[in-house]
Amino acid sequence: MFIDTLLIGISSGAIYSLMALALVLVWRSTRVVNFAQSGQAVLSTYIGYEICLHTHNYWISLPLAIFAGAIVGSLVDLLFMRLLISRAKSGPIAEIAPVIATLGLLGLIQSFIGLVWGNTFQQYPSPLSGKGFTFGSHVIPFSPQNLFIVIASAAVLAIFGIIFKYTDLGLALRAASFQPEIAQLAGVRVSRVRNIGWAFAGAAGAVAGAVITPTSTLSPNSLDLLFVSGFIAAVIGGLDSLVGAVVGGLVLGIGFSFILQYIGGSVTFLVGFVILMVVLLIRPQGIFGHKVNRRA
Amino acid sequence: MKLGLEVIDFSVEYGAVRAIQDLSLHVVPGELVAVIGSNGSGKSTLIRALSGLIAPSHGSASWNGISILGKKPEELVRQGIVHISEGKSVIPELTVAENLALGGLWRRDKLDVAIATQESLAIFPVLASRLGQRADSLSGGERQMLAIARALISRPQLLLLDEPSLGLAPLIIEQIFLAISHLQSQFGLTVLLVEQNAMSALKIADRGLILNLGRLIKTGTPAELLADSQLRAAYLGF
Amino acid sequence: MRSRHLSPRTRALLFLVIGAVLLTVSGFIGELRTYQGAQVAVYMIAIASIILLTGYSGQISLGHGAVMAVGGYGAALSFNLWHFPFAIALLFGVLVGAFGGFVLGVAAARLSGPYLAGTTLALAVGLPTIADQFHVLGGEQGLNFDIGDPPRWVVRLEGGDFTQYKWFFWISIVVALVALWGITNLLHSSYGRNWRAGRNNAVAAGLAGINVARGKVLAFTVSSALASLAGALFALLLGLVTPTAFPLSLSFAIVTGAVLAGVGNLAGSIVGGVVLVAIPELSGSLTTHLGNSQKVSANLPGLVMSSSLILVVLFMPNGLRIRKFKKQVKTQ
Ligand SMILES: Nc1ncnc2c1ncn2[C@@H]1O[C@H](COP(=O)(O)OP(=O)(O)O)[C@@H](O)[C@H]1O
Ligand SMILES: [Mg+2]
Repeated sequence: MFIDTLLIGISSGAIYSLMALALVLVWRSTRVVNFAQSGQAVLSTYIGYEICLHTHNYWISLPLAIFAGAIVGSLVDLLFMRLLISRAKSGPIAEIAPVIATLGLLGLIQSFIGLVWGNTFQQYPSPLSGKGFTFGSHVIPFSPQNLFIVIASAAVLAIFGIIFKYTDLGLALRAASFQPEIAQLAGVRVSRVRNIGWAFAGAAGAVAGAVITPTSTLSPNSLDLLFVSGFIAAVIGGLDSLVGAVVGGLVLGIGFSFILQYIGGSVTFLVGFVILMVVLLIRPQGIFGHKVNRRA
Repeated sequence: MKLGLEVIDFSVEYGAVRAIQDLSLHVVPGELVAVIGSNGSGKSTLIRALSGLIAPSHGSASWNGISILGKKPEELVRQGIVHISEGKSVIPELTVAENLALGGLWRRDKLDVAIATQESLAIFPVLASRLGQRADSLSGGERQMLAIARALISRPQLLLLDEPSLGLAPLIIEQIFLAISHLQSQFGLTVLLVEQNAMSALKIADRGLILNLGRLIKTGTPAELLADSQLRAAYLGF
Repeated sequence: MRSRHLSPRTRALLFLVIGAVLLTVSGFIGELRTYQGAQVAVYMIAIASIILLTGYSGQISLGHGAVMAVGGYGAALSFNLWHFPFAIALLFGVLVGAFGGFVLGVAAARLSGPYLAGTTLALAVGLPTIADQFHVLGGEQGLNFDIGDPPRWVVRLEGGDFTQYKWFFWISIVVALVALWGITNLLHSSYGRNWRAGRNNAVAAGLAGINVARGKVLAFTVSSALASLAGALFALLLGLVTPTAFPLSLSFAIVTGAVLAGVGNLAGSIVGGVVLVAIPELSGSLTTHLGNSQKVSANLPGLVMSSSLILVVLFMPNGLRIRKFKKQVKTQ
C-alpha cells in the first residue's frame, strides 16, 4: 500500500516537476510567472492529439507535440511578451500587468482551442496500458503509462540538466538569467537566449501535457489544475532553481498522493494552498532559492 | 574619417537631466585615454552610451570610421568593443571558469579562444588556481581581474573601462592598473578608462580629459594636467 | 473621476437619485432585463472589490471567486440553519468573508505581484473543496438559498405586480449603491489616501509615517468583505450555493471586468459590471448571426473578453474610459 502510494506520487510528482520547470525557465529568463503556461501546454497537447488522429501513432505525435510546444513558447515571447514588457512599464497596473496579460493569453488560447476542437472531452490515447501492473494476484495502481510518465519526465529533466550544466547554450542561458546586462556586455545575445528559454519552457509543458493526458481526458481546461500544482511546486523549490522545481514537484506529488490515500482527494488543493502559504511565509526564497525578491 | 574612437557633440539625457553635454573626444588607435571626473560627473553614462546600453540624445560616435550608435552591446563586442562595467563586471553565480568562457562563447575560432584564455590566465595567474570556484567567493580585486580577463578572451580592440579601482585597496589598484598598461603595450589595445582616482589613472594614461557635470573642461597630457595646480585642487583632489 | 470633488452630502444625494431612477426603471423593463440588471449590480460589487484591492492598494487576487463563495455559504448557512433574517444573513456572510480576508491579507501583505496571484489562484482552486468535507455545507449539492416571496409591503407599494426577479433587482441595486457609497467615502478618507500613497511609493509612504503593511491588510479585509457581499447576492440570484457555483472563471471574470473598466477608479466598476453581463449577451446574438455553432457560442465570449483584456493591458492601462485615454495620449 505504502509503495503503491509512493509510486503514484512519483508519477504525478514528475508531471508537476515538468510544469514547475517550465515556470522556472520563464521566471529566470523574464522575471514573469507565465499564467498562460497551462494554455500553451494544452494547445501543444491538442496538436499532438490532432496528429495522432491522422497518423494513429502516439509515438509520432509525441515528439511533434513537444516541438509544437517549443514553437508556441517561442512565439509567445516574440509576439507577446516583448510587446508587453516594452509597453506596460508604468500606469496603475504596471506591477501586475504580466499577470493580467498572461491570464488574458490563457483565456485567448483556451477559447481558440474551443473554437477549433470544441469544449467536449477528447481521448488522446497512448498505446501503453493504463491498467496497473499485477504482481501475482495483487494489482497495483501504477500502470505502464505511469512508468512511461516517470521515464519521460526523468529524461527531459536529465536533458535539461545536461544542457544547462555542460553546454555553451546552457551557460548563456544561466548568464542571461542571473545578470542579463553583464551577459550582454560579454557578448551573449540575451534576447535570443531568452527566447530559447521560452521555447524550452514550452517544450517542458508540452511533454507534461502529452504524457499525462492519456491517463485522463483532454479539454481546453484540462491542464489548469496542473498549473496550480506546478506553481506550488516551483515556489516550494524556489522559483529561481531548476533543481528546486524538480524536488518541489516530487515532494508535492508524493504528498498529494498520500493525502489522497489516507485523508481523501477533495482536500488536496486546500492542503496545497496551505503548504504554499507556509513556504512563502517561513522561507519565501523556497528550499533551493537564495535570492529574496518576492516580497512587496 | 578618423581611425580610433571618435565622439562628436555627444549628449545623453535621463528625462530632464542632461548627464553628458556636447562632448567630443578622439582616441587614437593604441592610445590609453583617461577620463577623470568626480562622482556623478557622467563617466558611467558616457561609457554606457558608447557601448550601446543606453542611447544618446544627440551626437555621433564611431570606431575606425564606422558608426557604433544604435547597436546593442552584444553586437559591439563582436566588433571588438568591450565594456567592462563599474563594480566588477562578473556573474557571481557562475564559476571563474564559466565567467571566462562567457567571453569566448560567441567566437567561432575555438582554438584562439583557448589561446586567449591561456594568455589571460598568464596575466592574472591568481585566477588559474580558482577556476572551479564561484565568482562570488573572489575578493574585489580578483573579480576585477576576472572581468578584464574575460574581456580579453573576446580579443577586443577597444576596451571601455568603468572605474576599475572602485572599492579596491591601493596595492590592488596599482596591480590592476599595471595590468591595464601592460595590455595596451602588449596587445596594442586602445583603452578609454574613466576614473575617479585621478592619480592612478594619469600614471598610466597617454592623455587625460577632465569631465565635470557632463562637460569636458580640460584636455592634456598627464604632465600638463598635473602641473596645473588650480585644476589639481578643483578637480583632481590632491 | 468627478465624484472626487463632490461634497459628501452631494455624493449621498447622487446615490439616492441613481437608486430612485433605477428602481423606477425596473417597472418598465422585462423579466430578463431585470435579472440582468441584478447581475450587473452583483458584478459591480465584486469588481469594486478588485478595484479597491488592485487600483487603490496595489495588490492582486485571482481568488476572489472563492471569497465570494465564503460570503454565499455564510449567508445561506446562517439563513437556513439559524433562521437569521435575510439582511442579517447577508451581513453574517460579509463578516465571515471579511475575517477570511483579514487572515489572507496578513499573509498577502508580505507577497509581491506574481506570488500573490499564484497563491490566491491556489486558494480559488482549493477552498471550494472544503464544502465536501463538512456535512453542514451540503457537499456537492450545496445549500439552497431561497428567501421566499417579497414582503407584503413591497408588493403593495408596487400595486400587486411584483415578481421575484424584480425583488432581487431591488435588493441588489440598493445593496450595491449602499456598498459603493460606503466605499467612496472610505476612499476619500485618510485610509484611501494612505492606500494610494503606499501603492505609488511604499518607501516614501513609509517614511511619511504611513503603515503600509497595515493599510494593505485593511484593504484586503475590506475588499474581501465586498466580495463576500457580492457572493451572498450571487447566491441569492442563483437560489443556491454549490462548490462549483464559484469557479476559477468567476475569479478571472471579475479581475477582467476590473481591468477593462480601469482599475484606478471606483466608478469603473459600473462599466465593468455592464461589460461582464453584456459580452456574453452580445456574443450570443452575434453567434446567432454566425449560424449558431455550438463551438462559437461557447467560446466567443471568452475570446472577446481575453482579447480585450490583452489589448487593454497593452494599450490602455487606465481601462476603457475614453476621456482618460485621450488625456494620456495628449501628454505623450
Ligand atoms: N538611470 C538614471 N536615471 C536618472 N539619472 C541618472 C541615471 N543614471 C545616472 N544618472 C544621473 O546622471 C548623472 C551622471 O551619473 P553617472 O554617469 O553614473 O556618473 P559617474 O559614473 O561619473 O559617477 C548623475 O547626476 C546621476 O544622478
Ligand atoms: Mg559611475
